[in-house]
Amino acid sequence: MRYSYYPGCTLKTKAKVFEDTTLQTARALGLEFAEVEEWQCCGALYPLNTEEVFPLLSPVRSLAQARAAGCTKLVTLCAGCYNVFRRTNRTMRSDAEVRGKINGYLEEDYRGQVDVVHYLEILKNDVGFAELAEKVSRRLEGRKIAPYYGCLLLKPRNEMDFDDVENPTIFEDFLRALGANVVEYPYRTECCGSYLSMANEEVAATAVGRILTSAFKNGAEALVVACPLCKYNLEEYQKGFREAAGSPAAGIPVLYFTELLAEALDVREQDGQ
Amino acid sequence: MKVTTDKINSNLIKEVEEVSGQKVSACFQCAKCTGGCPVVWAMDVYPHQILRYAQLGLADELLNSKTLWICASCQTCDSRCPREVDIPKVIEALRLVLLRARGGNYLHPNNLPARVLENAPQQGLVSAFRKYAR
Repeated sequence: MRYSYYPGCTLKTKAKVFEDTTLQTARALGLEFAEVEEWQCCGALYPLNTEEVFPLLSPVRSLAQARAAGCTKLVTLCAGCYNVFRRTNRTMRSDAEVRGKINGYLEEDYRGQVDVVHYLEILKNDVGFAELAEKVSRRLEGRKIAPYYGCLLLKPRNEMDFDDVENPTIFEDFLRALGANVVEYPYRTECCGSYLSMANEEVAATAVGRILTSAFKNGAEALVVACPLCKYNLEEYQKGFREAAGSPAAGIPVLYFTELLAEALDVREQDGQ
Repeated sequence: MKVTTDKINSNLIKEVEEVSGQKVSACFQCAKCTGGCPVVWAMDVYPHQILRYAQLGLADELLNSKTLWICASCQTCDSRCPREVDIPKVIEALRLVLLRARGGNYLHPNNLPARVLENAPQQGLVSAFRKYAR
């Protein structure tokens, strides 16, 4: 199946490995990801007020391009992009006033015809976790992995409709398909501090410390994420936290879920080729 | 603090309700938002108190609150709110009122440590400036 692919700014720069392993694994699974030709930054955050309409121009422009390219689904990877696109699409379907303003400005007639999906949803619904498990050639046997959902994939509850907000399972099901040992721990959906790491670092560091303590205590050897900002926070504040908590000196790797997928499908060696 | 009808009918609360699209009077103070907030320990006014102060029109207490800059918009609170009040939207409206009325930005690129500028993902930088600057 052919999907319109929206990488977003971070996957082209700081999270290049996220994009590389996404495209490698999609290819291996027979999924065609066609990059939107003229995409722009999605704005990183969905506006939480009634006055800002223009931040929606950029995501709608990409969605309209996906539709023009004949795709019924637009796939995103970064949890920030996914949150913005999913909510923007919902607004374009349900809010006639905003839809009129955006379409008038862009000279488009976009009404939410394209579905916004996350790569994890494609793996679950279009590939199927049972089928994915059969394609795994290097099972992650014995690897104790803790899924970290963060906020942007799941919330707000009635707008994202991604998984159960309080008790999601998609990450766990994905990891089991790869043969990993899933680490259960209570802080897997607790906020990592998000953008507070740019302006209130001590708050983000404390939030990260709680998540890591919870994961450590339950035996995690690695954390898996879908959000570059979560990954940054969980890595950036690990050192100080470890010293304070007397925790393992080597630290805990924070990986994108596509890195583990690439490893399990044995396509990781193609890096850089 | 003193509550008066002038305060309750203040323009600030009308503006906040308009900008946020939320009805602050819907809150019945169950404090489920505060109970689940992951950064509540760093706040001076708790999330349910933000709504109570807004119901009472306590503009100064709201606009001087550290809470406006601590909320990470994780949306745990509104996903649990039995009255479906989107609290991060109320906090965002207060932040916007402040940034617009007083001018200046809470965060300036020059104030970011070199370490952050070098390592932070674009997603984080864009998010922060969308929240903390006009």
